[in-house]
Amino acid sequence: MSNIDALSFEAAYAELEKIIDQLESGDLTLEESVTLFERGRKLSDHCQALLDKAELRVSQITESGDVQPLG
Amino acid sequence: MNYTVTELTEHIRQMFQENYWLQDVTVRGEISNLKRAASGHWYFTLKDEQAQLRAAMWRSSVNLQNYIPENGAMVEAHGYIDLYAARGEYQLIADRIRPLGIGDLYAEFERLKAKLAAEGLFDQARKRPIPYFPVRIGVVTSPDAAAFRDVQNVLRRRFPLAELILSPCAVQGDAAPAQIVAALERLSRFVGVDVVLLVRGGGSIEDLWAFNDESVARAVADCRIPVITGVGHETDFTMVDFVADMRAPTPSAAAEQATPNIDDLAVAISNMRDSITLATQSRIESLRSELESAQRGLRHLSPVRTIATLRQRIDDWNARLEREQHARIRTLRERLASRTAALHAASPQAILARGYSIVTFTDSGERVKSAAEAHAGDGITVRLHDGDLKARVEDWETHEQYRRTLF
Repeated sequence: MSNIDALSFEAAYAELEKIIDQLESGDLTLEESVTLFERGRKLSDHCQALLDKAELRVSQITESGDVQPLG
Repeated sequence: MNYTVTELTEHIRQMFQENYWLQDVTVRGEISNLKRAASGHWYFTLKDEQAQLRAAMWRSSVNLQNYIPENGAMVEAHGYIDLYAARGEYQLIADRIRPLGIGDLYAEFERLKAKLAAEGLFDQARKRPIPYFPVRIGVVTSPDAAAFRDVQNVLRRRFPLAELILSPCAVQGDAAPAQIVAALERLSRFVGVDVVLLVRGGGSIEDLWAFNDESVARAVADCRIPVITGVGHETDFTMVDFVADMRAPTPSAAAEQATPNIDDLAVAISNMRDSITLATQSRIESLRSELESAQRGLRHLSPVRTIATLRQRIDDWNARLEREQHARIRTLRERLASRTAALHAASPQAILARGYSIVTFTDSGERVKSAAEAHAGDGITVRLHDGDLKARVEDWETHEQYRRTLF
């Protein structure tokens, strides 16, 4: 499994949804359940943290195709 | 809430100012009560059959105005709604007024629409889904336009995780169509954006005309990235709206339709967190109950239990065996005792002991079995239990004779 801190919000969110499906399917061993539970908690923390610190980035594409920060 | 009139009026005024639609509105109606004040401002009322709207146009806008309206003229005025606190009246602050009468433009629009529709550019099947999490959002509009500011405001509030990339262009005037096409092109050529917002604030039908241009409509249709249009107002439909993957009524609405709401996301994440906890707890519960039922089963099947049962049965058998053996031994013992007693009773010695005697001929040792065998003078031995008597027969008689003499 990949390092959670490096995950984008989208990827973490998608994995969270998958983990819930797996947990709710109910045919996991105890160890699998607990591993998924822990990873799910970390993923949700990560998502929440990304939301908390998110700040819209605004840039502009020039005629030559360069992208420059705006404002 | 408890307000002074001023406070309440200011509050209501802010409500107007915070409403995107009311800050960028185009309204059609008939001019009445027109006053051209010495200050250079115009004051008038716009009305239709059912309603009236107070309106003003400041000198700065009046100075740009080529068209001078008169009472009774049908016009389209653009501006924003504000509250005039001193009178408690809301009014339209107009920045443009133009006469209605656009039959020509309308006919041209309908011709192009029919042509593009016939080519299938409006088909639902062509419309692509808008990604749920657009990481990079391209926006094609003028950097100075209120529309660009509106989009930024919405995204800051709603989905600040995104990166907004402006591809600038003119949005009205003769140069606009070519610039819009180029701006769309740049976005899809140079950067990987997930969705494009093609937006412009409200204006007259002429102002919006670039968005009815055939080349612009085709550029939107050909764009490799899903396009959401937000041109003009709720009621404005331009050609790009028909070819876009999604049409929003305003620039702000386009930004909203392109993105999930951060508050919804936070709630969703918190709900998912709860689901994870619940699902894990219930999994552990079900494993626990499986374990308990397995333990019960195991106790049932355990050899310990079987062995104990067998042991008990053996004990039972042993006890029974012992009881039966005892009984048999007792029986045997009793039988032996009675046999012994009988035997004892039947022994010659016992008979002699009871007073009987055995008589033998002394000479031959033969038993005298009948009185008739003996003769007077014969020597006989009478055996008693404690010794022998030697005797001699004197006489004999049979029992018959004896009885007769006796009774």
